[in-house]
Amino acid sequence: MSRKLLLEHINVPGINTLEVYRQKGGYRAVEKALKTLTPEEVVEEVKKSGLRGRGGAGFPTGMKWSFLAKPEGVARYLVCNADESEPGTFKDRYLMTYIPHALIEGMIVSSFALGAKVSYIYVRGEMMPQIRILEKAIAEAKAAGWLGKNILGTGYDLELYVQPGGGAYICGEETALLESLEGKRGNPRIKPPFPAIAGLYGCPTVVNNVESIAAVVPIINDGGDEYAKIGIGRSTGTKLISASGNLVKPGVYEIELGLPVEEFIYSDEYCGGIANGKRLKATVAGGSSVPILPANLTLKYANGEPRLMSYESLAEGGFATGTMLGSGGFIAFDEDQCIVRNTWNFSRFYHHESCGQCSPCREGTGWMEKILHKIEHGHGTMDDVDLLWDVQRKIEGNTICPLGDAAAWPVASAIRHFRDEFEWHIKEPVKSQNQNYGLANYANPIEKAPVTEEK
Amino acid sequence: MLKVEEQTPVTFSSELLAKFDEIKSRYPEGKQKSALLPLLHLVQAEFLWVPTSAMDQVAAYLNIQPIEVYEVATFYTMYFLKPQGKYALEVCRTGPCCLVGAEKILSHLEDKLGVKEGEVTADGLFSFRGVECLAACGFGPVLQISPEYTFYENLTTDSVDKLIEDLKNKS
Repeated sequence: MSRKLLLEHINVPGINTLEVYRQKGGYRAVEKALKTLTPEEVVEEVKKSGLRGRGGAGFPTGMKWSFLAKPEGVARYLVCNADESEPGTFKDRYLMTYIPHALIEGMIVSSFALGAKVSYIYVRGEMMPQIRILEKAIAEAKAAGWLGKNILGTGYDLELYVQPGGGAYICGEETALLESLEGKRGNPRIKPPFPAIAGLYGCPTVVNNVESIAAVVPIINDGGDEYAKIGIGRSTGTKLISASGNLVKPGVYEIELGLPVEEFIYSDEYCGGIANGKRLKATVAGGSSVPILPANLTLKYANGEPRLMSYESLAEGGFATGTMLGSGGFIAFDEDQCIVRNTWNFSRFYHHESCGQCSPCREGTGWMEKILHKIEHGHGTMDDVDLLWDVQRKIEGNTICPLGDAAAWPVASAIRHFRDEFEWHIKEPVKSQNQNYGLANYANPIEKAPVTEEK
Repeated sequence: MLKVEEQTPVTFSSELLAKFDEIKSRYPEGKQKSALLPLLHLVQAEFLWVPTSAMDQVAAYLNIQPIEVYEVATFYTMYFLKPQGKYALEVCRTGPCCLVGAEKILSHLEDKLGVKEGEVTADGLFSFRGVECLAACGFGPVLQISPEYTFYENLTTDSVDKLIEDLKNKS
């Protein structure tokens, strides 16, 4: 059994209430931070922990905090990004549903560290049930003196509010989120200035993912050094993985970073293998934006060494043979799934979700959707595959925010690894409408590269 | 998008306005526009959609221009700019849910309700549409029903049939 820091008490009845959460050691981190540490010391612990942003980018949280500008007499804000919308990712919904106080405790400690007197949790609007859960938990915490004026008699004041979104994937991008929180359309801002200098209402602001903020609690309780001992290399701590697709046991799992991918997919402690006795064809390891990999490259590097669930190991081989940990949205495809159809589905998603601000993304995502629709429905030509490659190349890197890249990568990787399946759709326009291309050679084992002995 | 025939005049109750006041108090002085998205949700919960006259009143309440409300209401997908069924069913149609049968659920709803996506049944009870990822991929296929946004997971055609019967009986 691997160590659990966030989900340790997930199955305790009533853990969503303040009373039970407190019995299980909840709010100790608030007591410790507010009574015995300075804000700078809290930041220092988070830096030592090596915690990296759990929303997808993986930027070190402590470093992000240390960039926050602190001009005299200007308000500073902490905004929690709970706009979880990346296809394949549902860990934040899970955490907020079952242990809302973990997020609230993390918000109090983090707000204290950053000197914020008012903080917001921006929750995607569709999660109305979770918004109700959080508002109830905040009221409980406030009634018990964990929020409001003069918390624990330390003189620290904090108000915490939940803000609903309106239904827009783009608001998971931090500057779009801030625009939305200001009551505007979610159009990402041009950076710089970064939110750490000019964020919410033009004030210095930190935006962190739900899981990152919840992870601050065990970091303060046990110390940053202890947290950093878990995991592997620069991938410290535990990570929530949302497992979906054709798995025996899809769901949210907390893993210690560094777990072999094969163990995660096949062991009974985690996903329990591929559903219905089928074989694995491909995976998307970190949410829909990251490159799709065939089964063999999911489990091993191109040189045959086993791949692990960590930021570095999943990225091993670059985009040629690797992918990214991203938000930890792990999607498994069995042998009956059509890569072309799924790529078309994802492209439709990005076309739908493009905010429309930058032409390459607004127009390019629409083109990709159209071309993929054409190929999937048996009307494609060989030129279309090259055209598709060309369009995605023209989006990547040419937009204000990373949505353009996020739209381009799934298409690029699908062509890179599954080009023969695209070509089969074109060569077999009738057959491909009611048959699957199948597993082909995508699961062929990769052997460990022979080591040449040097004399 | 904002057609003349959709200009149903509505009036805000004092209870609704009291909720508006509470939400407006969450933001610093002069930043009341931040209340716009939550206010539109309250309007939709009350009227089941967001009529133009309601948007104009929200603009007046927040002391902003009506266009500032329209541009937000049309940007975000959750706000209904025309009337929906009493139960607006929203089925996730994004990748992971499709791997486990979301497309079948959508076509089943079309057969079962006898209306196309976006249309309202003759009795005014139901409408449905496909929406993008609802962040419940491990429990797909999933649907949610506004205005409460109650959530239904691991759908089958049978469970969808039962859900619809239950909602009919409730009405």
